[in-house]
Amino acid sequence: MSTGRLRWRKFVSNFMLAMTGVCALISVSALFLILGYLIYNGGTSINWAFFTQLPKPVGEVGGGMANAIVGSAKILLMASMIGVPIGFLGGIYLAEFSGGFTASVVRYAADLLNGVPSIVIGIFAYALVVLPFKHFSTLAGAFALGMMMVPITLRNTEEFLHAVPKMLREGAMALGASKSKTIVTVIVPAAYRGIMTAILLALARVAGETAPLLFTAFGNRFWSDGWSQPTASLPVMIFTYAVSPYDDWHRQAWAAGLVLLALILIINIVARTILSRGIAVPR
Amino acid sequence: MKPELPVNIVTNINQPAGKEAAAPAPLRMNITNLNFFYGSKQILFGINCGIADKKVTALIGPSGCGKSTLLRTLNRMHETVSTSRLEGEILLDGQNILAQDVTSLRRRVGMVFQRPNPFPKSIFDNVAYGPRINGIKGPIAELVEQSLRRAALWDEVKDHLHKSAYELSGGQQQRLCIARALAVEPEVLLLDEPCSALDPISTAKIEELLVDLKNITTIAIVTHNMQQAARVSDFTSFLLTGQLIEFSPTPHLFTTPSDPRTEAYITGRFG
Repeated sequence: MSTGRLRWRKFVSNFMLAMTGVCALISVSALFLILGYLIYNGGTSINWAFFTQLPKPVGEVGGGMANAIVGSAKILLMASMIGVPIGFLGGIYLAEFSGGFTASVVRYAADLLNGVPSIVIGIFAYALVVLPFKHFSTLAGAFALGMMMVPITLRNTEEFLHAVPKMLREGAMALGASKSKTIVTVIVPAAYRGIMTAILLALARVAGETAPLLFTAFGNRFWSDGWSQPTASLPVMIFTYAVSPYDDWHRQAWAAGLVLLALILIINIVARTILSRGIAVPR
Repeated sequence: MKPELPVNIVTNINQPAGKEAAAPAPLRMNITNLNFFYGSKQILFGINCGIADKKVTALIGPSGCGKSTLLRTLNRMHETVSTSRLEGEILLDGQNILAQDVTSLRRRVGMVFQRPNPFPKSIFDNVAYGPRINGIKGPIAELVEQSLRRAALWDEVKDHLHKSAYELSGGQQQRLCIARALAVEPEVLLLDEPCSALDPISTAKIEELLVDLKNITTIAIVTHNMQQAARVSDFTSFLLTGQLIEFSPTPHLFTTPSDPRTEAYITGRFG
């Protein structure tokens, strides 16, 4: 081989290596830039009143988003109660009981549902929950977010159940365990860390969703009692405050962004700590 | 009255062999005209043999001869493969196992697998699993201790019963799986190459254990290791390409095999 050709190859090799490195750096730095900017702006705007007070009327400086923090928590709690059981049990059916054709239909439908734009899910919840009850509500918002959690939970539950080694199933069955008992006592416990992680990722994903809440949970300047009234939520508040013309609202939008991020982070850390206490199946 | 070995199938089973004279062996399990298929592929051809009560019966043969498949039919583990099909008859104490409830059958006929497969639970919970799911009432802790003692593992684990089973070595894990199987007090214990993933010391421990376990249960063991079959078993079945070539008392099969193919295999001319 000629030295020119060899030199060209080395150049291409080095060039591509540099390119991949730069792209990896860009993707990481995007995350850290967002985080840093959020902490810088949110950190300086956050104060005790933000957590304890209701929003002040337009024009008055100060106040907080206590109602939006509680509203988001309520929506996410209810959304999990709707989305997690459906996704989890559906995933068990898919992994353990369904035949090839049914499984592929359900799997395809779940993937499609996962790809449906979140605003469309919002319209769906509006038509199904808001219109019959004739007003916006926490429940409608939770329904919309719950529907978004279903496909993520379902597909991940299925994947993690499939990943449980076959020899564990056989071990349980050889002791006289029925199929359902094997699933409940061995398969799900062996997969539960993965499934829990997937559920948390689903929760984190929908926690930041704004579009499905715009015309389901709507918004509220005051406390929202129970589940059937419109409620404030952090993402919608961020949206409303960020596009407003007031400097003080911009400040609070930054603070809300930081709080939302921190909440998701805390959920993750707590859950991972709890999960790390169990016994993992070595791979 | 337990059925005796069918004399027309295995003529030499009750003959004196070498120094030891094998006593007439009552059979716990009886396999008659067993044909087995995966899809359209036939794996076992007209197998007739038995598992002798309170003895160790070894199944030997080269890779792919169907010995593991034969073992797995004895507690119907083959049913986990949906394309499998079985013809013939398998009797446990004279009762057709194919007509029984599969979970109660597997409670009576336990199994230990090729690779140790403890559950992701503590040592204690692994052994207690079988009694718990089968609704055995009473002092589970005593049953766990007894099972671990029978599996010769108690002294090594008694101080950390609540540690993860995965913290044990491979050989200890396999003895834990044996203890787990013994905890439901099976009438027959099937072992599918239980030492193939283990080192020689662990293997020796398990072999020692099998000889002791004969007093409390009936054992069938698949092994690719002929010396192991010779060391631990009382009867040996030799399979080749899905057919049973010979079923004899172990000393007889290894010293004066009746079939030239058995002799060729045990002398290492193929394998």
